[in-house]
Amino acid sequence: MRFPLLLAGLALLVVALFAGSLLVGPAGIAPARALAALVRGEGLAETLVMREIRLPRALLAVMIGASLGLAGAAMQGYLRNPLAEPGLIGISGSAALGAVLALHTGLAAAFALALPLAALAGAVVAVGLILALAGRTGGSITLILAGIAVSAMAGALTSLVLNLSPNPFAAAEIVFWMMGSLADRSMVHVWLALPFMAVGWALLATLGRGLDALTLGEDAAATLGVSLTRLRLMLIGGTACVVGAGTAVAGAIGFVGLVVPHILRPFVGARPSRLLAASALGGAAMLLAADIAVRLVLPERDLKLGVLTALVGAPLFLHLIYRTRREGL
Amino acid sequence: MPVLRRASDLAAFAVALFCAAAASAGPPERVVSINLCTDQLAMMLAAPGQLVSVSHVAADPRVSPLAEEAAGFHLNRGQAEDVHALQPDLVLAGPYTSRYTVDLLRRLGVEVRELPVAGRLADIPGTIAQMGAWLGRESAAEALIAEFEAGLARLTPEPGTRPRAVLHYANNYTSGAGTLADEILGLAGFVNIAAEEGISGGGTLAMERILMLAPDLVITGQRYPGASRAEAVLDHPAMQTLRARRASGVSDADWVCGTPHVLSALARLVSLHAEVR
Amino acid sequence: MALLSLAHLYAARGPCDVLHDISLSVAAGEFVGLLGPNGAGKTTLMRAALGLMPARGEANLAMLDRRARARAVAWLPQAREIAWPVDVETVITLGRAPHLAPGQSPGPADRDAIDAAIARMGLDGFRTRIATQLSGGEQARVLIARALAQQTPLLMADEPTAGLDPASQIGLMELFAATAREGRAVIASLHDLGLAVRHCSRVIVLDRGRIAADGRPDAVLTPDLLARVFHISAHFVQGSDGPIFQPLGVIR
Repeated sequence: MRFPLLLAGLALLVVALFAGSLLVGPAGIAPARALAALVRGEGLAETLVMREIRLPRALLAVMIGASLGLAGAAMQGYLRNPLAEPGLIGISGSAALGAVLALHTGLAAAFALALPLAALAGAVVAVGLILALAGRTGGSITLILAGIAVSAMAGALTSLVLNLSPNPFAAAEIVFWMMGSLADRSMVHVWLALPFMAVGWALLATLGRGLDALTLGEDAAATLGVSLTRLRLMLIGGTACVVGAGTAVAGAIGFVGLVVPHILRPFVGARPSRLLAASALGGAAMLLAADIAVRLVLPERDLKLGVLTALVGAPLFLHLIYRTRREGL
Repeated sequence: MPVLRRASDLAAFAVALFCAAAASAGPPERVVSINLCTDQLAMMLAAPGQLVSVSHVAADPRVSPLAEEAAGFHLNRGQAEDVHALQPDLVLAGPYTSRYTVDLLRRLGVEVRELPVAGRLADIPGTIAQMGAWLGRESAAEALIAEFEAGLARLTPEPGTRPRAVLHYANNYTSGAGTLADEILGLAGFVNIAAEEGISGGGTLAMERILMLAPDLVITGQRYPGASRAEAVLDHPAMQTLRARRASGVSDADWVCGTPHVLSALARLVSLHAEVR
Repeated sequence: MALLSLAHLYAARGPCDVLHDISLSVAAGEFVGLLGPNGAGKTTLMRAALGLMPARGEANLAMLDRRARARAVAWLPQAREIAWPVDVETVITLGRAPHLAPGQSPGPADRDAIDAAIARMGLDGFRTRIATQLSGGEQARVLIARALAQQTPLLMADEPTAGLDPASQIGLMELFAATAREGRAVIASLHDLGLAVRHCSRVIVLDRGRIAADGRPDAVLTPDLLARVFHISAHFVQGSDGPIFQPLGVIR
């Protein structure tokens, strides 16, 4: 069968890029020594570099990439709209606002889980708003307009919070929160995000059959035994968990959830259920590749991941809008 | 003010050099400083009542060694409007003060003097003398210069090994060759690995590189209140491990400006040098 | 046993009731044509009966849990929505969802149901075609095949003949009639009274949210009712090959 082959191919790609991600970095450690340091802890400096800097970075790329791909595929399946993407419709931006609030009110310092929880809360508000504004009958235009409104609001409030911070560095970090980066993250961030993401992945993974049925519209899906209320709750909860946790530790990274499902849709026969798993793997591969690229292109600077994903994603987004318009949706 | 405690009782070898630069129409009477480094020198040299206001950063103990003294002055935010309202006859600024502010103040008829940055220890006596001349406080300046040079002469590390040190600030920023911090490190008997890595002036040094270079001493930038991602690197588990296994110090207010306070930073480094050895 | 039974059903859209006191039941073997002018409440009646919108009164299907309901009735909404470019077989396979446990893939029984539905709708050459690239009539047939594959005792369809060519319309009506004769029941809302008269075993006429008439087509579609409900006059005779109904003019 073609689908298992596709998944196996994507999984291999993720493994290869994961290994690549572990081997790229300014420390210039030879692969054999890198492996020895990572697995057996040989050499203090090498072990610190491999285990505390590169491993969390590669793990976060996989986790966040898979989350964004999965959330994008799920949102698109639910809204039956290929333009739905957590970053574009303001979910990531609202999650960033939540994270920034937790950091700058001191909540995150007092209680570590406050950071992902606040980001999750921001994401829930945004998903709820988007579904309320564009969910049932809203077409592409409503969706994009709602996304612009939510993004603008979240971006402005994030800037405000950062500007009010007593920390002189904070105000300059709006770029990080809007574009995202995995530079210099640690295992602390992995453990902070993983539980929420695992819950989100589990919630989104159950949506497959419901999303397939939704291909025929809400009424048809309901009479095929799908509970739309439950589906909507799982989608909101799952998307908020994965996007919230990812944004809390790496900022808002856009377009992954747009590009990956779009590329993979023809390979899964456009079936929303199959697109979920494929997009999760594809998203992990795309973010790993992007994170390797930012280190190769400008090794000295912390080039933001969102810059690369937007360079790939924005032209595709324009193309999709053009096609949507032509189809008169 | 503590810096005025000693009257001029030392040889005036530098006076002749700087007298020419002194104000022609008598010393200024209402001086406003709008730059952290001029704040410090002015507080150390000005006559009582002569200095009207210093910048609000001068009162921040994280960057200003004279924060307590500064609290006794009016604190300005360095904006032309609030500075002009103080009716100063001399405004002291640094080279990085906003051009718009300086130009505007000059158009309003206020005399603005810009003190160059002391990029090397050897520049410090010059800047002190310059400040003394502007304020008409040449003898206080001479005394301070003499005190600084005597202090500097006393602070030399024991000869022997030269341990390797790194300066690790927020955003992985570091100071390389040609910086005051690099000179302080060198004088205290350390090798600055950022300079070894070919960084001159300010630059960034990836955490991975720092770990691989395994410095004997990590001097960390200090943290500001509130959270920032830039400072998160200072508390990265890998850096914490490195600091736990090697010596560590903090780059504080004494490192910021080229004033005699760098001697305190140097003194602490010299004692760290003795430990590390 | 009645496959559909409604008792004193009311449904509201906004502040106004759009269904008033609807009571009816449909048994196996019936092919019911649901007739009425635009806005009479045909779609509302079917959606309320299915439990897809809030309603007061009793509706046996609305009381079932959603999985039991999905095995009791198949529903063809008027909007022929196929959101993604999936192939025809995938669309038809969706009809088997109510018969599969979570995570279970279609087995031989499901394959048989799908093959039967495909054969019945003459879609054999279309299995791997992309559904969204088919013509409107072909898409309609694919969606009907999906409903047939669901193998429910009752099939409800909202204007299934809309947009089909005459041959397809007649073919579909014959298919529904045959399905009913096999012991299932079909309820379809229709605008073409001629088709209803020839193929349905029973018609229910709705007028402003109330049942205006219910019974055999020739007994129900009297000139009086046609004038009162539809505002038309018509020519209605028993031909040698079945009833012939032709609307003639509008009555003002």
